[in-house]
Amino acid sequence: MHLLIPSARLRQVALLAGALGAMALARMPARAATTPNPEADRLAFRAYFKQRFPAVKNGDWGNGPYAVNAGMRQQWEAIMQFPPYDFALGDGEKEFHRRFADGKTYADCFPDKGIGIRQNYPYFDTKTGKVITLGIAINRCRVANGEKPLNYQKGLMASIEAYMAHTSRGKPFDIKIPNDPRALAAYEDGRKFFYSRRGQLNFSCASCHVQAAGQRLRGDILAPALGILAAFPIYRSDWGSMGTIQRRFTSCNVQVRSVPFKPQDKTYRDLEYFLSYMSNGVPITGPGARP
Amino acid sequence: MKTRITFAALAAFLMASPAFAQPAAAPTTGPAAGRAIAFNRSLGNCLACHTMKGGDVPSNVGPMLNDMKLRFPDRKVLFQILWDEEKRNPQTVMPAFGKNLILDRRQIEAIIDFLYTL
Repeated sequence: MHLLIPSARLRQVALLAGALGAMALARMPARAATTPNPEADRLAFRAYFKQRFPAVKNGDWGNGPYAVNAGMRQQWEAIMQFPPYDFALGDGEKEFHRRFADGKTYADCFPDKGIGIRQNYPYFDTKTGKVITLGIAINRCRVANGEKPLNYQKGLMASIEAYMAHTSRGKPFDIKIPNDPRALAAYEDGRKFFYSRRGQLNFSCASCHVQAAGQRLRGDILAPALGILAAFPIYRSDWGSMGTIQRRFTSCNVQVRSVPFKPQDKTYRDLEYFLSYMSNGVPITGPGARP
Repeated sequence: MKTRITFAALAAFLMASPAFAQPAAAPTTGPAAGRAIAFNRSLGNCLACHTMKGGDVPSNVGPMLNDMKLRFPDRKVLFQILWDEEKRNPQTVMPAFGKNLILDRRQIEAIIDFLYTL
């Protein structure tokens, strides 16, 4: 009960806050708030990681912790003799080429028959004004052809994405922000989420993957945010199964003891949009394997 | 009257049953209790980020915890770091264990007792 603030005190605090706010506004220079500049953000983002990890080559950012830690890399190279995502990759390839009841396949839903295109996702759809992730596009394709939508976090969805990523290996992320204020707003929304703290532990995405990137959390190495999505979907030993980007967002949010959003919620799609844009130029490495 | 007696008897019985008993005799203060809280993954989870004697982990997100008495002769300073390090350093990734109700005052004091043995 001692936490209750008497209403008089509360009013006093509110008044003070209001006054301070007004003073801050009055002191601000007379110009519009800074316009978002994604390309300047991206260059600064990249430069930060380049400076932190000067030895990492561009093609290696998509290998996360293994790019920045020699010991971990050795273990990983041994694991990759028999990649733990191989079964999912096989399932995904089979599913991708399966004919739907109407005779069509996934290839009919995507540019270039869906081969070698993972690096272009997510994209901003100027028709609907929304960010379309690869997962959304896959489910749209299914529904349009009379199939049930898949779970966005694991299972067959992760397998199909694994196959699509595999056919795109080596192709650099190429995320576009069209000249549409809604696209820029989605980018900004994702950027703000990335840098905002949340949960009982009060971590932002950046707390771990920018600030503490490359550092050790018990036996694990925190992956640098640059290129972090290039390896998805991943087989994560901790899960004992494959997971999509959306699964990772959810589990990260739970780990910082915050309430996660639903997979493919606008916030998570915008976050994926921002984070993928930051990695423009980094080649796709997925599917990946992580501890 | 009869009802009241029955109720009292029932209450006494319940209080004596294991389900209502206080947690077993594990100490809640002192270095041993502090160590248990510090190493518990859902409480202090200090080993996630810090290396310290007896921890057997290579974590290095936060600084190594050693010579604590020498480095933090003022117990209040250490308490404040555990309670709300964001106050001193807004950029920190050290969770505000007290402020965010992850640990209570007594648990933090116990951890400090333990830290002073390092």
